[in-house]
Amino acid sequence: MKIGVFICHCGSNIAGTVDVAKVAEMAKSLPEVAFASDTMYACSEPGQEGIIGAIKEMGLDGAVVASCTPRMHGPTFMRTVARAGLNPYMFEMANIREHVSWIGKDKEANTAKALDLVRMAVAKLARNKPLFAKSFAINKRVLVLGGGVAGIQAALDCADGGLEVVLVEKTTTIGGKMAKLDKTFPTVDCSCCILGPKMVDVAQHPNITLYASAEVDEVNGYVGNFQVKVRKKPTYVDWKLCTGCGACLEKCPSKKSPDLFNELVGTTTAINIPFPQAIPKKASIDAGSCIKFKTGKCGICAKVCPVKAINYEMEPEIVTEEVGAVIAATGYDLMDWTVYEQYGGGRYKDVITSLQYERLLSASGPTGGHIKRPSDGKEPKTVVFIQCVGSRDKSVGRPYCSGFCCMYTAKQAILTKDHIPDSESYVFYMDIRAPGKMYDEFTRRAMEEYGAKYVRGRVSMVYPSGGRYVVRGVDTLAGTQVEVEADLVVLAVGAEGATGAAHLAEKLRISYDAYGFYMESHPKLKPVETNTAGVYVAGCVQGPKDIPTSVAQGSAAAAKVLALFSKDQLQSDPQVSSVDLKRCVGCMKCAMTCPFGAIKEQEVRGEIKAQVIETMCQGCGLCTATCPQGAIQLQHFTDNQILAEVNALLASELEETQG
Amino acid sequence: MSKELRIIGFLCNWCSYGGADTAGVGRFTQPTDLRIVRLPCSGRIDPLFVLKTLTGGADGVLVSGCHPRDCHYSEGNFYARRRLEMVKRFLPVIGIDPGRFEYTWVSASEGQRWQTVVRGFTEQIHALGPIQRFGKDAAATAAQLAASHA
Repeated sequence: MKIGVFICHCGSNIAGTVDVAKVAEMAKSLPEVAFASDTMYACSEPGQEGIIGAIKEMGLDGAVVASCTPRMHGPTFMRTVARAGLNPYMFEMANIREHVSWIGKDKEANTAKALDLVRMAVAKLARNKPLFAKSFAINKRVLVLGGGVAGIQAALDCADGGLEVVLVEKTTTIGGKMAKLDKTFPTVDCSCCILGPKMVDVAQHPNITLYASAEVDEVNGYVGNFQVKVRKKPTYVDWKLCTGCGACLEKCPSKKSPDLFNELVGTTTAINIPFPQAIPKKASIDAGSCIKFKTGKCGICAKVCPVKAINYEMEPEIVTEEVGAVIAATGYDLMDWTVYEQYGGGRYKDVITSLQYERLLSASGPTGGHIKRPSDGKEPKTVVFIQCVGSRDKSVGRPYCSGFCCMYTAKQAILTKDHIPDSESYVFYMDIRAPGKMYDEFTRRAMEEYGAKYVRGRVSMVYPSGGRYVVRGVDTLAGTQVEVEADLVVLAVGAEGATGAAHLAEKLRISYDAYGFYMESHPKLKPVETNTAGVYVAGCVQGPKDIPTSVAQGSAAAAKVLALFSKDQLQSDPQVSSVDLKRCVGCMKCAMTCPFGAIKEQEVRGEIKAQVIETMCQGCGLCTATCPQGAIQLQHFTDNQILAEVNALLASELEETQG
Repeated sequence: MSKELRIIGFLCNWCSYGGADTAGVGRFTQPTDLRIVRLPCSGRIDPLFVLKTLTGGADGVLVSGCHPRDCHYSEGNFYARRRLEMVKRFLPVIGIDPGRFEYTWVSASEGQRWQTVVRGFTEQIHALGPIQRFGKDAAATAAQLAASHA
């Protein structure tokens, strides 16, 4: 076999701490290597042309490129090799940048390590075989998880693109966090006025099936062919019959039920419609507060319902949907602010979160848009906003900036002045982060036009004093301690991954970080893709972001799905398992361990043998490590190839010690 | 640190290889002893790979995959965990210090954790020193095994 080795300088990224010429020189001495050279930028056009030229001129059978991580440019160079007329799988990569030049400055050690990695890649490539993709049909339906603004946008864009969309929302209405907001920064336009019509579009779109009050139980399959089990949670109201007339709400005697939509500020009835613009506009019963469920008595809603929609016996229902792609847009939750005991969150009634304050500001909120203190219903004259509660704070395990808190605090300071002209607002902040379009101008307006007093420094504690609250903090610009007497304290609580997000990620087989946010495939260049083909992310599920960015990501994810579905057939990855029938004894242990059900029994001349369904195999190699006979081998990662890499490395060291 | 030792890492493509990449991108300095073999999944690791690598002369073997429950192939790392735990317990039986083999979980976002893992494991192997090789001659191997069981 004639192998070519190409060592990339990556400018000074590699060449700065690896003697690339020496690596190329030493690579030439390897028995299988027919050609070796170093090149400034292997991934550039001249770099790739150089590789193609060498393959053609020297009649090479395969190429090793030693450059960056294969997770970055593996596919790039596979295309290069294919353009030179070779099978794309006659290619291996040695990662001498992320794993060598970028983690140490010792040039001698780095050069030795780079050579070892090249040696391993060559040993593996010498055992590579050409692989060929199979085609399979795709189901051009898409599942959108989460009915917040990102999910709504994604669903509408996909549906407008002609796709059938299944939208699953866990609460009883779509709208998400945005529906809870009163106004939006930096335009101060009414949140529900811009979101409401989009929600109605979802309800009316012929291509969208909406499951509210539903969650995903199970996701099976692979890109193009997912089977999803959706669990419709019981609402105890038959939504096919319910007209949303609201007669039941008026008569429900259980009026002190916790109002989740209003962030527990105020109460609601046990049977309720979360808010006037709710989609679907259907009632549902909160079994935890319903008298009928607790004592068996009552049943008034059933009596007053004009269409007989109430059904106390309702059971969860499982629906199976077949889709070809999934967009996860399940959003975020507020960080648990009660860990900040010094602020009294959860203990003092008038220390509330920004989202709760948002409900107090909203005309559809529990106070009808009048700012009233939760404790006594009085109008506050001094409101103190504390920023970075659960953001940029390592001590509570939230070291990241949540991004939107600075902006919504400025907005709330402005709205406070609008609602109560003789009020004063104080904002304790660390830094003001306002990088968006018109954002900095907006925060300046809060200070200059609306007179919000910004104090740079952290608050050490909040304590009650004579019906008011003393907020003690530091003004780091003045270098003094400050105390402000407040009627109401609003905590700008940071964001974290939604409750249950990690569990959902596991079902989707995608990664998430320590804070519950889903990981994109590449932080810069693949922001809505995940490492699982056919699964995309949009909105705050990927990390905290504002409304414009969430909407943009919703559209981006939809565009990705539409691009994926623009073909009728997809090519399967040919790095799949294959069975050596002579070795296979038909024990079927491989089929038992396969997470994808990609291995079936077949009968060959009267004997049971394993058979791999190539379009279903995802190439994990679990079966290969399981097979007692070594009969099923994951192509491109066979036992022989992996051990060849190990041996190439160990052999090199033996030579050194012997020599 | 003294002269490099031979440490081989078997890493899954999705989490730990990505984590090692993240560590590189973040310029988290690490010792240079470790050479990484990329695999699709920690579940692809045949326990024999570890044994063959150690008996073949490697001073240490490190396996790293996705955190349990966070597997690209949904359950590969559960199989890995069970198999690798067996390997860990089996190593003393064939006269190899179990400290020469560790398995761990590093996600693609945990560049810093990868640095800590590599530093810690490399230090651990250097504390153990170069491995004694098997098979130079049968008598030596027998004596070595006898010594390890004593």
